[in-house]
Amino acid sequence: MTKIHRMIGRFLGLFVVFGLIATASAQMTMNGAGATFPYPIYSKWFDEYVKVDPSVRFNYQSIGSGGGQKQITAQTVDFGASDGPMSDENLSKAPGKILHIPTVAGADVVAYNLPGDPALKLDADAIAGIFLGQIKKWNDPKIAGQNPEVTLPDQEIVVVHRSDGSGTTYIWTDYLSKVSAEWKQKVGTNTSVNWPTGLGGKGNEGVAGQIKQTPGALGYVELIYAIQNKMPYADVKNSAGKFVKPSLESITAALATAQIPDDFRFSITNAPGAGSYPMCGATWLLVYEQQKDSAKGKKLVEFLEWALTKGEEMAKDLDYAPLPAELRERVLKRVDEIKF
Amino acid sequence: MKSSHKHLWRKTKSACAAVIAFVCALLVIAPLALVLFHLIRSGASAINWSFFTELPKPVGVAGGGMANAIVGSFQLLGLAALVGVPVGVLGGVYLAEYGTARGNFALRFMADVLNGVPSIIWGVVVYGLIVLRFKSFSAYAGGLALGFIMVPLVTRTTEEVLLLVPAGYREASLALGISRWKTIVHIVMKTASKGIVTAILLALARVAGETAPLLFTAFGNRFWNHNLSEPISALPLQIFSYAISPYDDWHRQAWAGALVLVVMIFLLNLVVRFLTRERMA
Amino acid sequence: MPVVASSAKPAVRSIIDRMARPSGVGDRVFKWLTLAMALAVVALVFLVGWQLARGSSLAIQKFGFHFLETSTWDPVAEQFGALPFIYGTAISSLVALIIAVPLSIAAAVYLTELAPIWIRQPIVSLIEMLAAIPSVILGLWGIFVMIPWLRTHAFPFLKKIFGWTPLFDGPIYGVSMLAGGIIIAVMILPIITSVSREILRSVPNLQREAAYALGATRWEVTRIAVLSYAKKGLFGAVVLGLGRALGETMAVTMVIGNTPQIRASLFAPGYTLASVIANEFTEATTDVYLQALFEIGLVLFGITIFANLLAQLLLRTIGSTITPRAVQ
Repeated sequence: MTKIHRMIGRFLGLFVVFGLIATASAQMTMNGAGATFPYPIYSKWFDEYVKVDPSVRFNYQSIGSGGGQKQITAQTVDFGASDGPMSDENLSKAPGKILHIPTVAGADVVAYNLPGDPALKLDADAIAGIFLGQIKKWNDPKIAGQNPEVTLPDQEIVVVHRSDGSGTTYIWTDYLSKVSAEWKQKVGTNTSVNWPTGLGGKGNEGVAGQIKQTPGALGYVELIYAIQNKMPYADVKNSAGKFVKPSLESITAALATAQIPDDFRFSITNAPGAGSYPMCGATWLLVYEQQKDSAKGKKLVEFLEWALTKGEEMAKDLDYAPLPAELRERVLKRVDEIKF
Repeated sequence: MKSSHKHLWRKTKSACAAVIAFVCALLVIAPLALVLFHLIRSGASAINWSFFTELPKPVGVAGGGMANAIVGSFQLLGLAALVGVPVGVLGGVYLAEYGTARGNFALRFMADVLNGVPSIIWGVVVYGLIVLRFKSFSAYAGGLALGFIMVPLVTRTTEEVLLLVPAGYREASLALGISRWKTIVHIVMKTASKGIVTAILLALARVAGETAPLLFTAFGNRFWNHNLSEPISALPLQIFSYAISPYDDWHRQAWAGALVLVVMIFLLNLVVRFLTRERMA
Repeated sequence: MPVVASSAKPAVRSIIDRMARPSGVGDRVFKWLTLAMALAVVALVFLVGWQLARGSSLAIQKFGFHFLETSTWDPVAEQFGALPFIYGTAISSLVALIIAVPLSIAAAVYLTELAPIWIRQPIVSLIEMLAAIPSVILGLWGIFVMIPWLRTHAFPFLKKIFGWTPLFDGPIYGVSMLAGGIIIAVMILPIITSVSREILRSVPNLQREAAYALGATRWEVTRIAVLSYAKKGLFGAVVLGLGRALGETMAVTMVIGNTPQIRASLFAPGYTLASVIANEFTEATTDVYLQALFEIGLVLFGITIFANLLAQLLLRTIGSTITPRAVQ
């Protein structure tokens, strides 16, 4: 019996000790949630920023852009992240004015799993056809026609898309709506759509994981996910009729042509220009103009200023395109307007 | 002649049935062997000192560990116990010591039904109750969800353990003039203390592995949790997010985390078995 | 773990009740305190129901009963129907039961009637260990071990033999309704086995002895005296397993493919009520979307409560209260 009492005591002691450790430090935590698209660059930023300012840590959960929009509206996080801009309707639901702060631009690439990792070229028709479920096999003439040097297997294409609310999906469906009237009418543009075909993966990570593990799979992921996982990705025909490889250069070219309104909500899919990659998108941090906690608001603004200056320099290593200089100036001015 | 053939056939059927039943029993435990085998094979390689002491590294960078997830799991279990233990144990006391036959039947029934509620529903409930109201994901919310799951478990098991205490103990104590509540607390519960601890440990082992209720309450945290009203990491959560990721390094860490979690749970169960075995000696 | 027969209690209890009328303050306080805690169980059931109903009120108003019959899940058009998920939950649970029930009951029979005494406890311990493995870990094993094996070996084999039926037709992805059913089966094997064991153990020995006296073989005793006596209880064990299968979340989400569609083929990916909540809850951007998910939770709560109610009723027909403890 005393043995039991001692054991109970030890257990309780353990919990108490952990609890004390938990409350010991005075470090501030900023919580953010949202897009998986920029997760690699954001997690690098947050990791580096702890060295710049050790008194605050940024805890970011990549739950998808839909989640980012929802949680910032519900005010359960300090900042959100999304690659699909918030609609006017959603913005009106928020208890305060939410600012879109663009950070970097990236690309949705067509990643796939075929033996031998062949390099493929795809045009809008083929991609729309695959995702509408009309092109079912790899050796369909619409695909084979553009890739004469590659022997495509007589195998079903396993389409993989996002199962969660995603800005990556927003960029993807935005592009498809622009190039395919049938897509626009049947499915539309949004962070979460009624997919005509395919499997669902959770986050960019989930889709990449699914593609990697399923022979014959094809899906869309952010460029860095394809690179980090050594998955082959296709060259896509852009609006100028040229097959372009998704890369830092082609993303930057697309970004350069963008017309950027005051609220910074813009789309760069199917951008004009011979060197532009058609499926690019910017990603935003969503913050309230009026911060409710002034200490946290101050830290947030300091981080944003660091990210938009020092942070941008790290973007290129991860194949994200940094913002062009004039845009950056405009964004920094907007950050100044955040009240805390 | 025919009757002895029939007899032989019946005996053969009986023997066949025994063999089939044996094979089925083996098949039932086969998944255990398969899972443990893979856990050890894939997880053991990723277990090293840094796994237990380091925080997760940024996406795509190899290395890092699950230190915060392990500690987070303990923190959540502590919070869950704060809710589950008092409510569960005292509720079990009521069922064992007081009440009417009919009323208790109904209560027991409800507890058993409550045990069958999917754990994700608890996550949804606590999200609406706590996370939305306080506008924050938190360790408190996660702990509460786990605590809710513990309550019916602890209640029922405590009740059964208390019922095993011989009535004579209670009668003797009351005959000596000790008040009823003191009888229950100091005599009955003390006698059954090992069993009560068992009940608590079993419930803790059960909720230690729960992921679904934590998805929208504890939320996850890539750093240490310093404030229980902030999001917190937990082993099952971390395992889940690593498992569905495309990074091989994260997969190995998921296996390692799974191995650690399973060892934790098995240890708890072993302690329970040790405690209950002593009683027979 | 012993099965507690509650029949002995009332007689003893009334003696104690008479001897110890709650007199002092301490007695009254303690009694009400424990009563309050016991009532917590009731409060929790109502809490869950209330929260789910409150969170889905708008969606219920908007969709009404159509929610249960529509198969569109379209967040863009804000059209939500639960049918694909009800289908997914039903089929995956059904597949799981078809696999698990024969194995579990046979194993329970083995452990109570046919096995040598020395082997019983070790096997029971192993089954309890299987029960203790968390869902997410089984899902982990499912993704990296089970699915690749199914995709390269089991499924093509099944397709070769049964490919002509609509059940085994269509492309093989690996993640599928069948994979979901198999993994749920693994999760419910322990609970059905151990509850069945308790049921079989509580069959009075007199039944067995009578059958032996009439010259029955071991198997005949089991079949005639034990199994038919325990029918209702065993059915209760199965329904308890079903209740568990319906609510299974993590392992299923990791292997079922997460596609809201209704297809005959078991090789096609599916989606369950629990999985869609797990995947989409934190990201439901519009109010209607979130409410629709709450409503899915309400549907799930409803069917699991019903299954568990049925199970508990059936289990109590055999005369004692059985609590599966470590094996929830």
